[in-house]
Amino acid sequence: MTAPIRSAQGGAPAGVEHRNRGPAGQISGYNVGYLDENTKRMIRRALLKAVAIPGHQVPFGSREMPLPYGWGTGGIQVTAAVIGPGDTLKVIDQGADDTTNAVSIRRFFAKVAGVATTERTAAASIIQTRHRIPETPLREGQVLVYQVPMPEPLFRLEPRVAETKRMHALADYSLMHVKLYEDIARHGHIATSYNYPVMVGGRYLMSPSPIPSFDNPKMHRMPALQLFGAGREKRIYAVPPYTDVRSLDFEDHPFEPIRADAACALCGSRESYLDEVVTDDAGGRMFVCSDTDYCTTRQAGREAAE
Amino acid sequence: MAYVAVKGGEAAIDAAHAWLAEERRGDPALPELTVEQIGQQLGLAVDRVMAEGACHDRGLAALAIKQARGDLIEAAFLLRAYRTTLPRFAGSEPLDTGAMRIRRRISATYKDLPGGQVLGPTFDYTHRLLDFALAAAGEPPPPAPQAAAEAASMPRVTGILAQEGLMQAEAASDAPPPDLTREPLAFPAERPLRLQALARGDEGFLLALGYSTQRGYGNAHPFVGEIRMGEVAVEITPPELGFAIEIGDLTVTECQMVNQFAGSKTEPPQFTRGYGLVFGHAERKAMAMALVDRALRGAELGEEADAPAQSQEFVLYHCDNVEATGFVEHLKLPHYVDFQSELEKIRQLRATALREAAE
Amino acid sequence: MTGTLTAGFGEPVLDAQRCFRAVLDAMSRPGRVQRLAGLSPPLAPPAPLGAAAAAVLLTLSDADTPVWLDAGAAAEAWLRFHAGAPIVAAPAEAAFLLASGPPPALRDLAQGTDEEPHRSATLILEVAALEEGDGWRLTGPGIEHAHWLRVTGLPEGFAAAWQGNRARFPCGIDLLLCAGDRLAALPRTTALEIG
Repeated sequence: MTAPIRSAQGGAPAGVEHRNRGPAGQISGYNVGYLDENTKRMIRRALLKAVAIPGHQVPFGSREMPLPYGWGTGGIQVTAAVIGPGDTLKVIDQGADDTTNAVSIRRFFAKVAGVATTERTAAASIIQTRHRIPETPLREGQVLVYQVPMPEPLFRLEPRVAETKRMHALADYSLMHVKLYEDIARHGHIATSYNYPVMVGGRYLMSPSPIPSFDNPKMHRMPALQLFGAGREKRIYAVPPYTDVRSLDFEDHPFEPIRADAACALCGSRESYLDEVVTDDAGGRMFVCSDTDYCTTRQAGREAAE
Repeated sequence: MAYVAVKGGEAAIDAAHAWLAEERRGDPALPELTVEQIGQQLGLAVDRVMAEGACHDRGLAALAIKQARGDLIEAAFLLRAYRTTLPRFAGSEPLDTGAMRIRRRISATYKDLPGGQVLGPTFDYTHRLLDFALAAAGEPPPPAPQAAAEAASMPRVTGILAQEGLMQAEAASDAPPPDLTREPLAFPAERPLRLQALARGDEGFLLALGYSTQRGYGNAHPFVGEIRMGEVAVEITPPELGFAIEIGDLTVTECQMVNQFAGSKTEPPQFTRGYGLVFGHAERKAMAMALVDRALRGAELGEEADAPAQSQEFVLYHCDNVEATGFVEHLKLPHYVDFQSELEKIRQLRATALREAAE
Repeated sequence: MTGTLTAGFGEPVLDAQRCFRAVLDAMSRPGRVQRLAGLSPPLAPPAPLGAAAAAVLLTLSDADTPVWLDAGAAAEAWLRFHAGAPIVAAPAEAAFLLASGPPPALRDLAQGTDEEPHRSATLILEVAALEEGDGWRLTGPGIEHAHWLRVTGLPEGFAAAWQGNRARFPCGIDLLLCAGDRLAALPRTTALEIG
């Protein structure tokens, strides 16, 4: 029961070691990256095991964060455990840097970690995202951190966590195959359009988080490291670079990503994922890129060419 | 026609926060509420926030209530988010509620018992008539009459039953209890872990679940063996001293529900216990917790356990209001990317269905 | 006793972050050699504990992680003081193991379970040298085509033991190879062919 004797540098009690010692411009009273060092170590250990077992959900002692559960606390804890002074952070929600929750999270890290931020996908070393994968292909050395509301891909089919754990142990994913097959029998198509389940490394069924199925193919053999944090459900999982990520499908009903059949009204892209914008109450609508950085970069390129 | 993507999230957030601050203060012509006033005059709200915020600090809980404009779940969340940054200096010795300095103690199972029934400061037996005199600031109420201090000890009702062998004994353990703030819930959850989750759980959720067991969803036959409320000492044992020292007092409410148990092949019929312990004066919560604790023991006692209150996963995963409010409220965040995918999918499915209908 | 201890991290928060990123990179790109440079001052742990292995332990171990090590009393005292990690005698009980000599058999370490494969050991192995470019041919998650890694100073029969470990996937241990301030990782998913 005796507490270990601890040095000042390595093991002060959680939370106290660096209070009031952050770089200038950073909030006082909290450790760098908000989390105390014990919590970061716990998350870091979970992250390493997650990378070593691609697609497997590792439980972790998720902390209450100063943002509500469901608003990115898992992603924030993962980012906080990974980020350092050499990093440049980009935060997107729905593909956009300027959505309110993305702004709020970017501000949080500017406040507690004092890091540089960017809206450029190519300039970021860490990208925290909710619901999208950027259109610009990610490269080696980048880290993509997903905010995950429900890490369990089977939860709609089996809500009991003890049961789904057993299914993962046995790699028994028949429930999901039956569900998709019933979709096809009933509708002629698989009726899932986002949070479309994937198999990682041929072993673990995984939730890609609620990204549109359009983004699923980008996960397959992505050069960047993909980390997933679910704060409320207290799970971390990962996909290492160049790892197989296959959307579930059937030979006669191959996976088909969904995208509006239109061009972006701003940059003209026919490849990017589009948001539908209602322009009047008479059925008028237009389509624009969901990825704001991709769209503005293309617009700037077109202007420069003219 | 020109379309410009919505910009200015940052400015909008700042403006919203400024508006919020203004609303919180209300009419500046009125005096500002002090944290001390909240602590003194809204004491039960402070108790609830400390219990659900899992942090015993009256001043911080009162501040959280003020900052949250009286939204108690928001206040509990503020306190939790603060709590999680605090260093952990020691784990306390188990509280000895038997040695409580009692302000209230009642038993429904005996007309009278050693130490007597002590009503204490209770709403019970008040007539719920609005007291319009309170609407006008007036003189403080006259002091309550004081009885001579009872010298008699106040044995626990469950102890009285245990002397006769009628109350199932609880196995004592020196094992450190699990800590769900450091290790996530895992199932099957042992009773110490369940009690820890319930003690932080939402009062309304536990109330409804406890109520459901009374209405047949879980087959409970509860009696309030005893409710006691008062102050208990908190002790820690610093390793360098090797003996326990007192570091302060807590007000807690303890409820022990006595439930019938039909017995099994190995055990004769006897009473079993449902247990509730909550920070502050929080009788409704302690009672609901005791009902739910007993319901969750169904499986280990070999009872049929198919009611919601008897399902460990259902109860423990959903009793935390900070988790629940976050996830329910996150639905108001933008989801338009997924919705767009759904739109396209629905259009596709409808087109298929309409085409097949036409054929 | 404490007077003879060398220092831990000079900047505990920043150094731990830097080292963690190196380990995360190593684990995400098996066989790529990372250097734990740029710590100020550089770690000088008691021999035979090397700088990289010591940094990994300071970064990841604490009172919640039992550690097994064969590096002698001075290294144990150093780790206990700087990380507060409990030292265990039984390899099977350790979350982290540091082997400067022949390691315990891989199959005797914590493997995790089918439901909880993450409850498995991480073995930190001190080797003589790590060089990219030839030696083992590594394939698996984290590797685009193949990585080549030459490891000098491994115990006899290691490659066969590793095949056994890989066959236990998703259970199994993860390996960090350290040489001086250099570090490479083999997660349990990495396949190894002798080149």
